[in-house]
Amino acid sequence: MRASLFITCYNDTLYPETGRAVVSLLERLGVEVEFRAGQTCCGQMHANTGFRGEAFSQAKRLVRLYADAEAVVIPSSSCVAMMRDQYPGLFEELGNETLRREFKALLPRVYELSEFLIDKLGVEDVGAYFPHRVTYHASCHGLRALRLGDRPFRLLAKVRGLELVPLANLDRCCGFGGTFSVKNGDVSSAMLTVKLEDVLATKAEFCTALDNSCLMHLGGAMHREYASMRTIHMAQILASTQEKPAEVVG
Amino acid sequence: MSAADHPILDPALAPPFPVAALPVLRNPQLRKNVAHAIDVIQAKRGKLVAEKTDWQALRAAAAAIKDETLANLGAYLEQFEERCTAAGGHVHWAADAAEARRIILEILRETSADEVIKIKTMTSAEIQLNPFLEAAGVRAYETDLAEIILQLGQGEPSHIVVPALHVNRAQVREIFARTMGLPELSDDPKALTAAARNYLRQKFLSIPTAISGANFLVAETGGVAIVESEGNGRMCLTLPRTLITLAGIEKVVPRFQDLEVMLQLLARSATGERMNPYTSLWTGVTPGDGPQNFHVVLLDNERSSILGRKTERQTLRCIRCAACMNTCPVYRQTGGHAYGSVYPGPIGTILTPQLEQLRHAQSLPYASSLCGACYEVCPVKINIPEILIDLRARVTDQERKTVGKFFDPMYVGLRVANLIFARAWLFHFAQWAGRIGAKLVTRKDGWIHSLPSVGAKWTQTRDLRGLPVQTFHEWFKDRERATPAGTNRPPGTPAGNKGAREQGTNGAEAR
Repeated sequence: MRASLFITCYNDTLYPETGRAVVSLLERLGVEVEFRAGQTCCGQMHANTGFRGEAFSQAKRLVRLYADAEAVVIPSSSCVAMMRDQYPGLFEELGNETLRREFKALLPRVYELSEFLIDKLGVEDVGAYFPHRVTYHASCHGLRALRLGDRPFRLLAKVRGLELVPLANLDRCCGFGGTFSVKNGDVSSAMLTVKLEDVLATKAEFCTALDNSCLMHLGGAMHREYASMRTIHMAQILASTQEKPAEVVG
Repeated sequence: MSAADHPILDPALAPPFPVAALPVLRNPQLRKNVAHAIDVIQAKRGKLVAEKTDWQALRAAAAAIKDETLANLGAYLEQFEERCTAAGGHVHWAADAAEARRIILEILRETSADEVIKIKTMTSAEIQLNPFLEAAGVRAYETDLAEIILQLGQGEPSHIVVPALHVNRAQVREIFARTMGLPELSDDPKALTAAARNYLRQKFLSIPTAISGANFLVAETGGVAIVESEGNGRMCLTLPRTLITLAGIEKVVPRFQDLEVMLQLLARSATGERMNPYTSLWTGVTPGDGPQNFHVVLLDNERSSILGRKTERQTLRCIRCAACMNTCPVYRQTGGHAYGSVYPGPIGTILTPQLEQLRHAQSLPYASSLCGACYEVCPVKINIPEILIDLRARVTDQERKTVGKFFDPMYVGLRVANLIFARAWLFHFAQWAGRIGAKLVTRKDGWIHSLPSVGAKWTQTRDLRGLPVQTFHEWFKDRERATPAGTNRPPGTPAGNKGAREQGTNGAEAR
């Protein structure tokens, strides 16, 4: 099995430790990981802000880049949701027949990380060790767009040493929403405050998710508030072993 | 009194959403009232939806009924007109708000009415009927309890099902005591209800003209359906001699049997009840029973232009249950007034800009984090996030041609980002440049506490971790160089792992 990692633009720039963890995790599970150097962004930021033409040109680039990939793994649920929910409309409206065909052929081979582990590889126990109290934030896109369901919980349940603390109001948005967080900065902050109350009430050491954008939002507030909790992408928990514990950066 | 007490629900005049939201965000009591009220409704809804094993099938059926109706809207409306007329009703067609107001006033003039009683109707608020009638010398009395509170207190609705959601009991007492001349009134709910009843009975018994909205129009029978909780609506529908029903053209359903699907969904979604307490159904005029002079005003007001757009057409499936606003994390913080429109919450963010032909309310399509909770609960499966993104594209296409927006930092940023994302080498160069730039604003603890320009909106409440010394793709390249693929390397070998070496410590002490 050869998986092509689409790390996504913001993970590449801001959260390389998540990418290193995905590589480490997949290689441990016997997957060969390739990385295509031409990758940049899926176009979500432009699409969600109303820049349809720009989003389309990025989408087109991405589909061509991965046209011959065996499987594309993306450790960011919102970028996967972008491809599943918005690419069809973009290609329908702005693309040509060839492009639509290429996209249709690629889409079934695009996986969010937990989907890849459970649906494609068929593993729940990835052999991880992470002796900490952890709460899981179900990002809106993972929860409602991708319908990840219990996949994240099944993976976390098999991590040795990990104590999972349930998060109240699991389905409530943290208020990030991409450019929403600056265009409607005050409303976004109010939503974040409410979310953070629930997250901190778990008294966990770590808040994890399958999307670093929510974690950037929550983690940014935790740091501002001098909270003792930290954020960590689930890939880093799943990559963590007794010999090589998770990298916790920042 | 804060600015939140005087909201402007006219999209042409209301301030943009982020500005209009501020007074509420700074009013903890109001935020608490709103959050508590919608949490209660949502919890009730959740329980009753869970007991319906066929909920998803019902939603699909409702969406299908609405789509079929919308695909043949003209024919169903004409059928409704024919059957309603045959049953003794009069049907009028209004292309826009002004025409609807004129038609209603003409009917009132014919019957020499200078007072009317009203059932809660959002559509009449949409066409700003009350101030128009007032100016024409006709006094309109609201009869829905929440609407009475707002009318007497000169407030504006903040929710489409529970319009006085933001007003608490003490405020209701104050309004009633002052306007009904009852200085001794207590804030006991029983006493408040009795005061309202007393006020209302006089109106019901003395005013022979009523105005209502409609929840559904039935094409097959020419009948109208209205659901409500208090029974005051039933009074308005039965006691007066003249009844004028104002309905958006999307309210029609083809068959009487379709109500079976719609009413199950509506009561559960709107108020968390298996069935609403009062469901009124009538067809035209029944001699000797109820209003003998019955008019239906069918309102277009941009609806047919919405019908012409493939994605946005779904908007017209809406049955005004308000489940979207009850579940919305944005509405939960801001309440309804921030939307500057009679339709607040997620449905307002898509409906109002379209009713305004995007001339006003350009900020509404952005008043959402696109979390999708609204789509999840919508009983007629309106994909609100999808429509929001479509509207954002239309707003952007309009705005980007204007000089002001051309130089707007967000627009400039997104244009530049697009150039960068088109070429990997340029993206990598931008990351390098960004890293140098970020160093200037990164504090000793490795975090950015303050950013300039649009970034300042981020750092007003959150920090941002400083940029790592090595991007992921740089790490991967280094690793490939050190141990080319095919060589026997242990999994996840961190060869050339500059980033991990410099940053990979547990950063607890870095704070």
